[in-house]
Amino acid sequence: MSFKIVVLAKQVPDTRNVGKDAMKADGTVNRGALPAIFNPEDLQALEQALMVKDQVEDAEIIILTMGPPRAVEIIREALYRGATSGYLITDRKFAGSDTLATSYTLALAVKKIQPHLVIAGRQAIDGDTAQVGPQIAQKLGIPQVTYTEQILDVNLDELKIRRRLERGVEVVKCKTPLLITVHSSAAECRPRNAKLLMKYKHARSVSELQEESKDYTEMMTNKPYLRLEEWSVADLGADEEALGLSGSPTKVKKIENVVLAKKESVNLTTEDKDIDYLMKELIDSHVIG
Amino acid sequence: MNNIVVYCEIEDGQVAEVSLELLTKGRKLANEIDRKLEAVVIGHNLNGIEEQVFPYGVDVLHVADNSRLYPFLTLPHTEILVNLFQKEKPDVALFGATSVGRDLAPRIASSLKCGLTADCTSLIFGDHTENKTKKEYKNLLYQIRPAFGGNIIATIINPETRPQMATVREGVMKKEVFNTSHKGEIKHIKVDTILRDEHMAVEILERHIEKQKVNIKNSQIIISGGYGVGSKENFDLLFELAELLGGEVGASRAAVDAGFVDHARQVGQTGVTVRPKLYIACGISGAVQHTAGMNESSKIISINNDPKAPINQIADFNITGNVEDIIPKMIKFYKKNIK
Ligand SMILES: Cc1cc2nc3c(=O)[nH]c(=O)nc-3n(C[C@H](O)[C@H](O)[C@H](O)COP(=O)(O)OP(=O)(O)OC[C@H]3O[C@@H](n4cnc5c(N)ncnc54)[C@H](O)[C@@H]3O)c2cc1C
Repeated sequence: MSFKIVVLAKQVPDTRNVGKDAMKADGTVNRGALPAIFNPEDLQALEQALMVKDQVEDAEIIILTMGPPRAVEIIREALYRGATSGYLITDRKFAGSDTLATSYTLALAVKKIQPHLVIAGRQAIDGDTAQVGPQIAQKLGIPQVTYTEQILDVNLDELKIRRRLERGVEVVKCKTPLLITVHSSAAECRPRNAKLLMKYKHARSVSELQEESKDYTEMMTNKPYLRLEEWSVADLGADEEALGLSGSPTKVKKIENVVLAKKESVNLTTEDKDIDYLMKELIDSHVIG
Repeated sequence: MNNIVVYCEIEDGQVAEVSLELLTKGRKLANEIDRKLEAVVIGHNLNGIEEQVFPYGVDVLHVADNSRLYPFLTLPHTEILVNLFQKEKPDVALFGATSVGRDLAPRIASSLKCGLTADCTSLIFGDHTENKTKKEYKNLLYQIRPAFGGNIIATIINPETRPQMATVREGVMKKEVFNTSHKGEIKHIKVDTILRDEHMAVEILERHIEKQKVNIKNSQIIISGGYGVGSKENFDLLFELAELLGGEVGASRAAVDAGFVDHARQVGQTGVTVRPKLYIACGISGAVQHTAGMNESSKIISINNDPKAPINQIADFNITGNVEDIIPKMIKFYKKNIK
């Protein structure tokens, strides 16, 4: 029996590089100006899976990503690095899902695969909640090990893991099936592999195939691994009430843009008299001294 | 019933700072809507733990004391809290946004199918009318948090599900004793009827938790350096001034990423939140992720060679010039005039 690993990965806007053109004149976020990237900790999650695959005989890595059709890029990116296969979970009915509705959906998808190990990034940079991993584990009724820094030992039945906590480290062991989330201090993901890039560069999702002008029929018949399956609400047998806005207990009441409140400030120069004035001010008002 | 409950984290028999901060917030919220403040402590050898929490105004303390409950493990703590919340039906449940709270709270929310908001920076009660149905809600918890890498501030509500769950980082709320002689009621949770062997699936083999090393949070004076400080050596100037003034050195993320100082000193959204009486920002541009962690400081001084640096907008004093020129002058003046 092969060791099945599911890696959960998300395509996110690159909020770390919010440049000047990413904010519109009215102060709202211009999502279009942000590049879509592989969520950094999910990429590190993939590396953990690849390292397990390097060690365990006959391991299989299945990428699950939920998002709009273009999120299939995540699956291709993972295939270029050594993942075995992937599914894109996409349906308009998922729109507006909060972490609870998302975890419900992903848990259904994981159940279809029945893996030994589920690996996710700790959190996605567009939300920073770190909730989806643990919420999925609870829905699956399996244990979790969060903030994984390194998998120290792995076999079909059990893993030994080092966790990175705020103020220290912990080494734990746990039987499979198990869900782990990967911390940013874990190893960076290996680069794309040139051979795999050649092998998978024509991999296409079902939606992409419908849009392609080129005829892929023959290629898909000869190389079925290039066909990337999509799962919809119906494929997952999901309860529509538990999805999207209706399945999301949290609602956004209000969004405000961050504006700094201006203060009246005193402007000073490097000259001694200015610095002396300031220091005297601070001492006299008992702020220092 | 329908009270405010705070999960109190324990390390070495001590209730965590963040939990005491949440109790302070919880007490205020409970007063506002005329409910009780409850606390939950889960661990081992907890005799006398009430003395640490009652002064913060706890009315009911739930204690789960068992050797299998310390150190923290996800499944047993989840199980106990899910059971308790199903029975007590709290209105609001608060957790620290720590490695423990962020591991635990999502499992509980997933099990109870209720809403959870991570890393709130402010919690207040407010009303709400649902657009479509015109249904009105009184006293919903507004869970306010930065989102999208700190570029926007979102107010999140959970109209229909209870408890309304939120996590808050250490240092965001203020810790304040409510009444030193306040006494509450202690309720013991029957752990043995809840825990099963399967909850012990994860076994801790080794554990090294350091006592918090630097704690800039409690410092009244913070000299903070950014990327503009330029080097580790220049940071020594900041350390010298900090020592002289009896303060601590803080940093921006860019300075931490550059390896000038430790992450423990990082101020901001992904670091600590501070509100000292004096904050000197040296070579810090003032990104919102940084200012989110310091804009409540009583006095802010910005030292920056760019007079247009955004941080200058929230500073009381702006010195336009180089850090390496200005700090030595401040040190010199102080040494000459004090002692
Ligand atoms: C999700 C997320 C979370 C984040 N969390 C945090 C956080 O918690 N804390 C944080 O700080 N940042 C955080 N950031 C990063 C933040 O966006 C900024 O990149 C960072 O704060 C910039 O640091 P800085 O001001 O030191 O550097 P810069 O922006 O590079 O600014 C350097 C400043 O120094 C000035 N300068 C240069 N040389 C000198 C000199 N010789 N003398 C005086 N002034 C000089 C320059 O004019 C400039 O204003 C986060 C970002 C993201 C996306």
